[in-house]
Amino acid sequence: MIAALIGLPLLGATVLLLGGRRTNAWGHFLAVAMSAASFVLGAFLFIQMTGKSEEEREIGQHLFDWISVGAFQVPFGLHLDQLSIVFVLLITGVGTLIHIYSIGYMEHDPNRRRFFAYLNLFVAAMLLLILADNYFLLYVGWEGVGLASYLLISFYQQKPSAATAGKKAFVVNRVGDVGLSLAIMLMFVTFGTVTFEGVNAAAESGSSSTITWIGLALLLAACGKSAQFPLQSWLLDAMEGPTPVSALIHAATMVTAGVYLIVRAHAIFDLSETARTAVVVVGAITLLLGAFIGTAKDDIKKGLAGSTMSQIGYMVLAAGLGPVGYVFAIFHLLTHGMFKAGLFLGAGSVMHGMHDDVNMRHYGALRTMMKVTYATFGLGFLAIIGVPPFAGFWSKDEIIYVAFSQNMIIGLATLLGAGVTAFYMTRMMAMTFFGEARWEDDVHPHESPAVMTIPMIVLAVGSAFGGMAMLFVGDIEHWLEPVTGFAKPEHSVSHNVLIPVTLAVVLGGALFAWSRYGRRPVPVEAPANVSFLTKAARADAYGDALNEAVLMRPGQYLTRSLTWFDSKAIDGLVSGSAAAIGGLSARARRLQNGYVRSYALTMLGGAVLIALVLLLVRL
Amino acid sequence: MLLTTLMLIPLIGSIAVFLLPSAKDLLAKQIALGFALATLVGSVLMVLGLDNSVGGLQHSESYNWIPAFGISWTLGVNGISASLIVMAAILVPVVIVAGWWDAENSGRGNVKGFFALILVLEVFVIGVFSANDLFLFYIFFEAMLFPIYFLIGKFGGPQRAYAAMKFLLYSLVGGLFMLASLIGLYVVSARELGQGTFDFETLTTLNMDPATQKMLFLGFFFAFAVKAPMVPFHTWLPDATAEATPGTSTLLVGVLDKVGTFGMLHFLLPIFPEASKFYAPAIIVLAVVSIFYGALLAIGQSDVMRLVAFTSISHFGFIVLGIFVMTSQGLTGSSFYMVNHGFSTGALFLVMGYLVSRRGSKRIADFGGVQKVAPILTGVFLISGLSGLALPGMSSFISEFLVLAGTYAVNPTAAIIATFGIVLAAVYILWLYQRMMTGVPSKEVEETVSEISQRELIAIAPILAIIIALGFVPQVALNVINPAVEQVQTYVGVTDPEAVVGIEGSGS
Repeated sequence: MIAALIGLPLLGATVLLLGGRRTNAWGHFLAVAMSAASFVLGAFLFIQMTGKSEEEREIGQHLFDWISVGAFQVPFGLHLDQLSIVFVLLITGVGTLIHIYSIGYMEHDPNRRRFFAYLNLFVAAMLLLILADNYFLLYVGWEGVGLASYLLISFYQQKPSAATAGKKAFVVNRVGDVGLSLAIMLMFVTFGTVTFEGVNAAAESGSSSTITWIGLALLLAACGKSAQFPLQSWLLDAMEGPTPVSALIHAATMVTAGVYLIVRAHAIFDLSETARTAVVVVGAITLLLGAFIGTAKDDIKKGLAGSTMSQIGYMVLAAGLGPVGYVFAIFHLLTHGMFKAGLFLGAGSVMHGMHDDVNMRHYGALRTMMKVTYATFGLGFLAIIGVPPFAGFWSKDEIIYVAFSQNMIIGLATLLGAGVTAFYMTRMMAMTFFGEARWEDDVHPHESPAVMTIPMIVLAVGSAFGGMAMLFVGDIEHWLEPVTGFAKPEHSVSHNVLIPVTLAVVLGGALFAWSRYGRRPVPVEAPANVSFLTKAARADAYGDALNEAVLMRPGQYLTRSLTWFDSKAIDGLVSGSAAAIGGLSARARRLQNGYVRSYALTMLGGAVLIALVLLLVRL
Repeated sequence: MLLTTLMLIPLIGSIAVFLLPSAKDLLAKQIALGFALATLVGSVLMVLGLDNSVGGLQHSESYNWIPAFGISWTLGVNGISASLIVMAAILVPVVIVAGWWDAENSGRGNVKGFFALILVLEVFVIGVFSANDLFLFYIFFEAMLFPIYFLIGKFGGPQRAYAAMKFLLYSLVGGLFMLASLIGLYVVSARELGQGTFDFETLTTLNMDPATQKMLFLGFFFAFAVKAPMVPFHTWLPDATAEATPGTSTLLVGVLDKVGTFGMLHFLLPIFPEASKFYAPAIIVLAVVSIFYGALLAIGQSDVMRLVAFTSISHFGFIVLGIFVMTSQGLTGSSFYMVNHGFSTGALFLVMGYLVSRRGSKRIADFGGVQKVAPILTGVFLISGLSGLALPGMSSFISEFLVLAGTYAVNPTAAIIATFGIVLAAVYILWLYQRMMTGVPSKEVEETVSEISQRELIAIAPILAIIIALGFVPQVALNVINPAVEQVQTYVGVTDPEAVVGIEGSGS
């Protein structure tokens, strides 16, 4: 049953990739059907799970013994529990909506079949990631989603920028993979097992330094996949991919895999204060950095990408707070999955009506032209900035509350982040839907077809009510508690104080943005004479410049000099000594008139030598 | 008799091909393919006939050859050598189909000679992996050079004569050192047993003093390190692959070079256990250097064939690393790595060959935008490349991880450094893909690069399927390899370290 969740979309991808052009006409319907079937199955398993008592909810499926070498024993096993089922619903639910949306969005693309094949491949890999019952199998899903991400970022392969962005995403993620590899090696060497069950059971007997190193290695992995500082730079470039991809992979699901990894490995992080602190610091830096980058972007997708970094920063921070935070990290991950996917689909809908222009300075006053997009994007906007009673309010408020309970500085960082979020999102709303129309005459903005707007409406409903539903109906804390553990913080700022303060900060950020972008005309050209901070935010806070200076340029220099060294020094040196022999054989060649004979002669010489020595030994 | 028979199949095939009248080129190819497939069937039966509960030599046969010198025709396989023979037997028909027109295209005729040489090579390959008399091994080790020398020197590119000669000289020098050590070993055995011998299993029982071991070890190791090849004895390989036909490169790097690492694993560790342990730290350093050196040089190449050669130097670093950490994961990982690397590097050489033969250039800069004109070829390229960077889900990942995990247990520093090699692997493969396949095709590319042909697809598809299948069911191969690795550990007298649960300060 569990395997079928993965098998269905995998089958879809296989048929579309191997079937070739024959499947062009109906391939996208197959992909949608496979993703939807997986969702229906997931919903069925979910309902079944809710009917069981808490202890019986976790089910496993051992498929076969995957690897067995000495003590390294890894099963090909799947496991479904309260944590993975919410991911199943998110991935297949949002995934199916985005599949449907893509029917409209990719309608005229000549490579539509390939696109849907990759989407199915992604869904299958992501499901493997969250259903694996051990870290090594998780790694396969982990890299599988990375592959799908790579393929989809560089989907427009003729564009050099897209090809570069895809490669960059993969390579940066590989740095993260070093962390995952090392974590798995450490687990194996320390505990003799890499299954979740085995590691959870043995974690307490590991030495504290080992546990910390495992935690830090896992954090490195999470930083790569979830675009956290200092491995964040690939995510902004990843916006080169088609917008539905940005919605599904680079907002709702794949980039949150790092959060999943940390929460899944909670047995490790529970035991290491140092590792948890590192997680919190990374989360806090990224949440501010991403929000900061979001404030200056004119490209609507890059603005949202900065926002994604920032929101995942919230999740990572919450996960780093330990048992008081794990469930809220996942809660925010789920609400974010809905509202951010909705926002990206909205952005795609706007682009669809604007000749694929992503520059918000060319938008303006679109609320009358695209009523559904405006309304759904608006609901997503309210959800992300945390206006009650919309989804983001509930999850973000809990994170801020828990953050304050642990550390004042971290609490203030989350509060500040909320204000900046309100600023950049209001700026985006104002530049896109309000103000004066700034598009060219030949652009005719229009609402997208129903196949695109219906998924947007569904996600907007989720953005509106999803938070309340999960918190009050689903009782998310106690649903996840058996897996992740849950503790109420001992003392914190009272909700009665915190909520008004947070809302005031949010309102302040929103009003400030409105005063600058809503009430004043927006220049079509980005002003050049701006502060250092704006320049820094436009340049992604110099993340790329830093990578280039620290890694790329020295790397290129090293490669170039080694290449020179190899052909000149090493080859010269070794061939020089070889040339001595070569000279001998060249003489032999002249004598015997042919390479072969010179070789045969040498062989003969060798054989005679052996014979002589052997005789000597015998005598 | 099984192994001798297995060698006879391609031998008869090569003679049959060679004796054909020269006009019958097509028939020559068909006969060669038929015998190669028969050898494949035979080798699969051979591996299925192994008893996986024991690690020693099986299918053994031994006939006196030169009794005066204790030389015998002793053949036998264990799981490691058997899986390498199967790998070679799969690659030979693949290379024959992929290189169907290579002899004609080289412009130097003699089609039947080309295919006869490939089959002769297969005879020696089976011989070298199953020989368990060290003298016999030495003969095959040297004899293999002949067919490759001719395959490069006769059917290669413009610099073929230089490349073939360089290959020959390097191998020959290595071989001479091995010969010296071999004689030394014979002397030692004669002194100790009263009767000199080259028999592998007898030699493992010798009680050599450590000083002698260390000296004799070096001769063998040098020969194997040239063959494998390890930095700094590697420069012959890029030159050879740049000039050889893609099929020849596949057999050279995929199969022949494995004799180096196979020799370390199968002969050096069991016969010279003390010397192996003594030199292991230094060799581990050399292996890690090779991993990075090969990867960085691969990034720096402008010729696709040389690039693939350098990636292999990096991969050989991993294989050697796994062998000399001497844990079961390291040894099994390396053995499995040898098999996987044959397929994955073979796939890369073949797909590069497809591209090069179309465009008429090996320069990376002459490509670009191939995805537009040949999407299926692009997909094949990508899968081969992903296998080259050891993507999880592919067989190469399993073996690479086993090597690293096996290394971590005894030498965390080496493991941590080597793990960073996976980042460079992503760079050399994906940058290559970006430069050759993405972008807008130039006029030349549009005119010359056509979609993969059915024959080319049939040649490469089986190895891609194997690469993916072994990623998900590696145990098929590991079950065969494991007992042989245990046997090697017994010879060396090492056991795996225990998991260190609860020991304070570990892993830091």
